[in-house]
Parts: sequence; C-alpha cells; structure tokens
Amino acid sequence: MANTLFDKVWDAHVIRKIEDGPDVFFIDRHFIHEVTSPVAFLGLESRGLKVMFPKNTFATADHNTPTINQHLPVQDPLSANQLKALESNSAKHGISHWGLGNPKNGIVHVVGPENGITLPGMTIVCGDSHTSTHGAFGAIAFGIGTSEVEMVLSSQCIMQPKPQSMRITVNGKLNKGVTPKDVTLYIISQLTTAGATGYFVEYAGEVFENMSMEGRMTVCNMSIEMGARGGMIAPDETTFNYIKGRELAPKGEAWDKSLAYWKTLKTEANATFDKEYTFDAADIEPMITYGTNPGMGMGISKHIPKATGLKGGVATYAKSLAYMGFEEEEAMIGKKVDYVFIGSCTNGRIEDFRAFASIVKGRKKADNVTAWIVPGSHIVEAQIKEEGILDILTEAGFTLRQPGCSACLAMNDDKIPAGKYAVSTSNRNFEGRQGPGSRTLLASPLMAAAAAVTGVVTDPRDLMS
Amino acid sequence: MAYDKFTVVKSTAVPLPIENIDTDQIIPARFLKATKREGFGDNLFRDWRYNNDNTPKQDFILNNPIYSGKILVGGTNFGSGSSREHAAWAIYDYGFRAVVSSFFADIFKGNAINIGILPVQVSPSFLEKIFTAIEADPKAEIEIDLPAQTITIVASGESESFDINGYKKHNLLNGFDDIDYLQAMKDEILSFAEAKAV
Repeated sequence: MANTLFDKVWDAHVIRKIEDGPDVFFIDRHFIHEVTSPVAFLGLESRGLKVMFPKNTFATADHNTPTINQHLPVQDPLSANQLKALESNSAKHGISHWGLGNPKNGIVHVVGPENGITLPGMTIVCGDSHTSTHGAFGAIAFGIGTSEVEMVLSSQCIMQPKPQSMRITVNGKLNKGVTPKDVTLYIISQLTTAGATGYFVEYAGEVFENMSMEGRMTVCNMSIEMGARGGMIAPDETTFNYIKGRELAPKGEAWDKSLAYWKTLKTEANATFDKEYTFDAADIEPMITYGTNPGMGMGISKHIPKATGLKGGVATYAKSLAYMGFEEEEAMIGKKVDYVFIGSCTNGRIEDFRAFASIVKGRKKADNVTAWIVPGSHIVEAQIKEEGILDILTEAGFTLRQPGCSACLAMNDDKIPAGKYAVSTSNRNFEGRQGPGSRTLLASPLMAAAAAVTGVVTDPRDLMS
Repeated sequence: MAYDKFTVVKSTAVPLPIENIDTDQIIPARFLKATKREGFGDNLFRDWRYNNDNTPKQDFILNNPIYSGKILVGGTNFGSGSSREHAAWAIYDYGFRAVVSSFFADIFKGNAINIGILPVQVSPSFLEKIFTAIEADPKAEIEIDLPAQTITIVASGESESFDINGYKKHNLLNGFDDIDYLQAMKDEILSFAEAKAV
C-alpha cells in the first residue's frame, strides 16, 4: 500500500505494537518548559529513575516569564519557583537549559526551529499542545501530558495509538491581506473546534507550497484548535533552505545524508487518507473570531451567525456570545478594541512583526488601545531591531517587550482585564484565556495592526496600499 | 503515577451540559504554578465556580449541594485545548473517578486514563438520557462497570457499552501505568535508538 508522509514518519518510530493497545513510539526530540515538567521530574525521583537520553531533551523557560525587566529577579514567588525547578532539574540530569537571560531563550516552539533542533522526519513532543507547530518541517510533533513527559524522560518513548489520517488541501492563490493565520482560522471555522479530533493532518496544495516556513508554522501550530493532535507539511526546498546553517542543524556530510532522507518524505501519489477536505484560496478573506472557541471565526466582511443556523449547541452558543457581549447578526467591523497583543508561538516570528509594521508604518497607535508587542525569542527580537521594525514601532508610539508566552495564556502579569476586548494574534479565545473575564478576538498580525492604529476592529485591506 | 484501581463505580453524578468544555475552564492557567500535583481540586472550574472576590457563584453546579458524586457528565467535545494534565489532576483531586461525554478531546482523554480517571464515551442520545435522568432526580445513580465496559442508569436499567483498548483497561483495573511497561522494555528501546543513530 502506498504510504503517506505521516505513515512514513510514524512507522519508522514504532518500537513495538501492542495488540489491542497503543504503539510504543520512539521520540527524537523532547522540549520541556517550567510549567509541565516539575511534576514529571518528581515522578522520576520517586521511582529512582534517570533521564535516559538527556541530549535529546531541551529546556526553555517561556510560559510564566515576565516580558519586561527580565534582568531582575522574577517577582511572583510561584513562577520563580517553577523557573528554579526547571533550571535545577536540567542541571541535575544534564539537559541543555535556555533560561531567562540566555540569548537563545524564547518560546519553545520558536526557539526549537530557529536553532535547527527541529528537523524533517523527526518525532517531537513537549508538554504543550502547540507542539504541533514543528510539523511545518515534515516532523510528527504533538503535545503531551505530564505523565507522558515523565515517560519520555525515563524511556524516550510514549505509548500512543496511531491516529487516523486527514489531508487538507488548499488550492489557488491567496487574496490580498490574507495571511497564513487567516488560512488556518478559515479551515478551523469550516471543520469546527473538534472536526479533526482523532486525526493527524497533512496540509497540501499550492497555498502551503508557496508559504514561508514561518507561515507553515502558524498553520501547523493551530492544528490542535480543530482537535487534531498535529499537522504536517512535506519538506521541500523552502524547508531545507530554512534549516541550512542553523546552529544545531546537521553540517557537511551529515547534512548531505539527512537531505537525501528528507527528500523521500512525501506522500505517494496514490496514497489514501481516512478523510480529505479541499478548499479554494479564493474563498478566504481576513478572518476574525467572535466567540469563545477558535472555530467561531468568520471573514471580516461577514456578520455573526445566527444560532438557529448551527448544528446543535444553541445554549452553549448563546452562553458564548453573552460572554463576549455580542449579538447574533452583528458585524465585527467597528467594534471597540481595548488591547492588541502580537506574539505567541502562533504569530511571534519575524514575518509576523514585518506584517504588523507594514500597516503601522506612518500611522500612530490609537489612544484607546494598550498594545503588547512580544517577540517569540531573543533572536526574533534582534531581527526586529536589525530590520528597522523597532524604529517604525517606536515612531508610531508602540513599545517592544521581551520574549515569552505572555498574554497568550496570561500566566505572567500580561493579563487582559475583565470585560476588555483584545485583538490577539495568539491561538485561543477561550473564556478567561487572556486573564479572568477577558474577551479575545483572534486574528492575523495585519488585523491586529489595523486595530492597534484605528482603535476599532478594522479590515486590514482598507489600510494596505 | 500511582492511583487507585478502577473496577466498578456506582455513584450519583454531577451534570455539566455545556459543549466544548476546554481545559482552560477546567483549570485556568494562573493556577498551574505548583511544582507538586496535589491540591488542584480547589481550583477546578475556578472561574465558573467563584466570583472575582472568591465567593462561590450560587448558580454553578458544583456549588449546589444537591449534586455530588464520583462521576462528572459533560457536553460533547470535553477537554479540548491545552495539554495541561493539571486539568485531569484537578478533576481527580476534587473526587471524580470518571468523566462521561459523547466526545472527548484526544490529549485530555489520554491524560485522564494515565492518571486513573476513566473517560466514558457514550452516544449523544445516551448522554441526553443521563442528563434527563439527573434532571429528574439529582440523586439518580449511574453505574460504570469497567470489566464489562458498560454504563447504566441504575433506576431505569438503561445501559450502553463503551470502548477502551485492552491494554489501558488492564492498566486501570490493576492500577498500573505506562512507565512500568516501558521500564520493562528498556533494552529493546536502547537497541532501537542505537540502530537509528547509525
């Protein structure tokens, strides 16, 4: 039987198939952070186990770190305690640790790829659901729970039943103002927040072939928001060019050998998937969400759907709109915005800040908007400065913060106050996600920039030359 | 981790007929700062359960003493979103041993089983029957029989079977976890890793 890209990578990592049970699945790269790893290390200790392959695990602090004054001691004692635990556990077990102040520090799903740790054909896990990001390189990457973190630390394996396969093809060319974030929000709005649960997705078609690695990472990152464990894209010249020369990427002979293997990582022409969806790029416009899950999104020119037109769940839908303070059939354009957040593992890469700056250039931040501009890593931060983006931001009245997960999940002080509206480039608009009572409108960096300079929800195409 | 063996749970249940209950609702991120796994039950459904001043919200089901039990019954797509195992810890720590829904998010489902909570997936119509039974009588008992893989509304005798793979079932029945299994095959893992590195 012809194989899919997913089959090829999955099958190459199965050590044992348990009858009427999961596969024992080997993990090539394991990322850990301060929030979901401490209990796993406690578990190791109580069992008297060691980390089996410390060189395959990489630690970075990102979830609860402050995004200002990172040179000062972390004020919140609980956060400081988690950061200390990550540092001491890493030191004790010989794991490479990029803590606060380390020039390589940043959001785990940004620093992995930019340092050449994430490579095609690998299996990659982390105690974070957005690990799906790394699938952009043709890797099988997905989020795991803390019990599984303990499994990977102690045995470099987890136990997983093989998911079903799904292919999502988007053909054609993207319209003006339509970014990778809009593509993924569109797909999720079509499939719903649970539409890909139980599946592993391959993204295919002209739109993804023409997309940058940053864009592919944005798309794969959001796979979990439609329930998929992960999403992946076949590696190609764009992928190889991105990886080549990165610090921890293979070099010389090892590079040639790797490249030859990576070139085999594609779905065979007659391979079949358990489920297929095909979309037309022409149908996608800049997207915004209006509800409390990422599937509740629509084109910016549309109106909030009526509950009666939806499949079931009318009470839940009404609860969601009531939380947001919105009504059925309203337009989103013109709605007042209090906060704008650009950053996160979804949209915290250099391309995202270039897009943001393209709208901001020559304009001023709206007085009613508080903007949090948070690079995904120190490397991204440095690029923002080198490319003159910081000058554009400063000129327009914005300030740049330091790297971290920040307001995406509001574990640090970057919390949107109750009742306030935030246009965010992050990945989740759940109730209270960005702070208790916060109201999140998910969108692209272009849409975030348009809101930041006008103070209301604005179609970014109106501000593009 | 070590957990109590799961065989048969017969208990009243707490109904939460809301769809897409995500793990940020089950345990908000700001409560993920512990470095130990105990105590998360206090913050289970924190923002639905308490006002900003930490007084209980009277209309939330966990604050209604009529409802209690070891079984939580949720709307479809339970546990979507973040991979935080803290969500499962909070449910376990509060005192639940099983969650019933017509559909579960993948990561939550795996996390739950790994710590000894049984996720029971039922048909949408059976889920409705459970909600109706509890609405009619908050003390209605539900019986979940893992060896037989059945869930029964005790008063009416209505029953449905549920799926679980044989390996995980064996683990839950005996209180085993995956780490025990993986430690026992370490040599095989080492040879695999060595062959792969060549």
